[in-house]
Amino acid sequence: MAKVKTLADLRKMSEDLKTKIQLREKGDNPESMIQLKVSMATCGIASGAKEVMDFFIEELDKQNIDAVVTQTGCMGYCFAEPTIEITLPGQDPIVYGFVNELKAKEIIEKYVKNGEMVEGIIPTNYQTPDNQ
Amino acid sequence: MGKFKNHILVCLGTGCRASQSEEIIRNFKTALEENDLENDVQIVGTGCFGFCEKGPVIKMVPDNTFYVLVNPEDANEIVLEHIVKGRKVERLLYVDPETKKHVSDSKHMGFYKKQIRIALRNCGFINPENIDEYIARDGYAALGSVISEMTPQEAINVVKDSELRGRGGGGFPTGLKWELTKKSNSDQKYVVCNADEGDPGAFMDRSILEGDPHSVLEAMAICGYCIGANVGVIYIRAEYPLAIQRLKIAIQQARDYGLLGNEILGSKFNFDIEIRYGAGAFVCGEETALIHSMEGLRGEPTVKPPFPAVSGYKGKPTNVNNVETFANIPPIFLKGSSWFKTIGNEKSKGTKVFALAGKVNNVGLIEVPMGTTLREVIFDIGGGIKDGKKFKAVQTGGPSGGCLTEKHLDTPIDYDNLIASGSMMGSGGMVVLDEDDCMVDVARFYLDFTVEESCGKCAPCRIGNKRMNEMLEKITMGKGEEDDIIRLKNLANVIKDTSLCGLGQTSPNPVLSTMDNFMHEYVAHVHDKKCPAKQCKALMQYSIDPNKCVGCTLCSRVCPVDAISGERKEPHKINAALCIKCGACMEKCKFGAISLS
Repeated sequence: MAKVKTLADLRKMSEDLKTKIQLREKGDNPESMIQLKVSMATCGIASGAKEVMDFFIEELDKQNIDAVVTQTGCMGYCFAEPTIEITLPGQDPIVYGFVNELKAKEIIEKYVKNGEMVEGIIPTNYQTPDNQ
Repeated sequence: MGKFKNHILVCLGTGCRASQSEEIIRNFKTALEENDLENDVQIVGTGCFGFCEKGPVIKMVPDNTFYVLVNPEDANEIVLEHIVKGRKVERLLYVDPETKKHVSDSKHMGFYKKQIRIALRNCGFINPENIDEYIARDGYAALGSVISEMTPQEAINVVKDSELRGRGGGGFPTGLKWELTKKSNSDQKYVVCNADEGDPGAFMDRSILEGDPHSVLEAMAICGYCIGANVGVIYIRAEYPLAIQRLKIAIQQARDYGLLGNEILGSKFNFDIEIRYGAGAFVCGEETALIHSMEGLRGEPTVKPPFPAVSGYKGKPTNVNNVETFANIPPIFLKGSSWFKTIGNEKSKGTKVFALAGKVNNVGLIEVPMGTTLREVIFDIGGGIKDGKKFKAVQTGGPSGGCLTEKHLDTPIDYDNLIASGSMMGSGGMVVLDEDDCMVDVARFYLDFTVEESCGKCAPCRIGNKRMNEMLEKITMGKGEEDDIIRLKNLANVIKDTSLCGLGQTSPNPVLSTMDNFMHEYVAHVHDKKCPAKQCKALMQYSIDPNKCVGCTLCSRVCPVDAISGERKEPHKINAALCIKCGACMEKCKFGAISLS
């Protein structure tokens, strides 16, 4: 029994399946979308970084916001875990500390969608080889 | 079920598989399970990434980290470091040969910078054994819109308008070929995919079939709709077991989804595809020989016309296209012919896939826009010549092609320019030669191949090539006579003019083009009995420098034919008449007294 009967079926199927490889499509042009890194060292995980990361992935997906969410190692702000670093296209990265689900929601609503700063920014004081 | 947060793409092309990439996948699975990550990280086996030089390669998504030369034992470390801790595994990153810096992201590698991937768009991106991933990349959408929204002629016009030319080497306009087959009236027509890739060093078609088999199936169905055929046949070499296996899986999946078979997508269009195996004869890449082989006859070419478009498989109109040509078709329909025409140069549109091999740093599979120069391909993408040696020539077009030299380095690569420079596009093999390669010997190598592969039907190819090969052998043995060069050239031209099929007509090309560009090497062999590249052993002379030789007798003891004589603590001598030029003495000498000239 044929699974795809019409062109409309095929198109719908393609849309549904796109989410499966979305991650790879996004990975091809990370500069053009919002990049969010969650600090996931022992300290971060112990303070709930995993749950926060899951929340970001699901929430951004639900709201159809194109973003790449990755995990990263300890950023060094262990006093403020969970921490995230967020980069809007064409802007400098910003680090937020003490991010729980409530804070995450606020960051999405205010900073990601409107570019408004949210309280809890940690000033970065180091350089990485990438931005030297 | 939650969504995967990371994908690990592991190359499962033939090259990387041979370097244990299947075991890498198994180890990844175990490592992920041990860390309770199997629901967070998806492992995807993909087709060829192209960077075969450093295989096995894997790519981490979404951060695009590119790991090279990965061992199965590294899987655990990658999971613990990269996935769990978010730190890159430095030692597995690619090191830029020029800056000596680690490059973490495939986008910043010189190898990928100048490439545009159309035919290879899904290779190294999707799992070739999963039709869902192909559909997610708009797979079969081109077929769907063609059969429900276009007439066959309209669809042919799109292909004609794109100016796509056959990627198998000849460069015949694809749209025109389809139109000719459509115009032939018949109750039955056929679409044939030529996957009989036989050039030494070429593996473009294999990689496409291994990495993205559905794109070829989809294009064949589109072609079937355009020309009015309901049967497609893929003629593939039996030496490509992995490609065959993936094609079989792909055909079955497409049938299960109703994308092949009867009344595709609710239309009146029926199309199905079968596979035929070739026994690996080079001549069967020629379309008439290929058709005879499919019919169960000897793989011999026949004179054209009649062209297969009129009378082909079983005497019916048949459209034969190469794998790469087909792989270009779906994107042309999805993005439009005007998009396709923006890529490439004036006379050749789109891209071409090349298998880069020989004395170049980044051996692998590349796809570049037509009009890219050889210099960009060899030095920017290929990373230059191995071991810092000097570039001498590049052989394109396999045994039918010729050599291009330094003066051609800035020639834009397209069908017409390559022919004007005395070579040809061919199917896309590109073998880079350096200062250590003897051009007479290279010509002899390719002629060896042609003599083996000649089907024997017509005399110029069967006898002429054999005689040419003997003459080249004679020259490389140092027995060449002054007349031989002229005789060789005359014979080459006769074979070129009088052979029956493309194989014979192009077989003297390696000789003619090396003569055009490196006549001095031929003269050196014949006249001075010297091989400038020091490759032809018969012309080499080992000698001992009496000033450096201390008479340790080591060389005379290793010489297998007792050609070295001399008293202890006295300089030794090599008897040239006895010497078989094995080089054992030179290897053993601790004082650098033995040299080759």
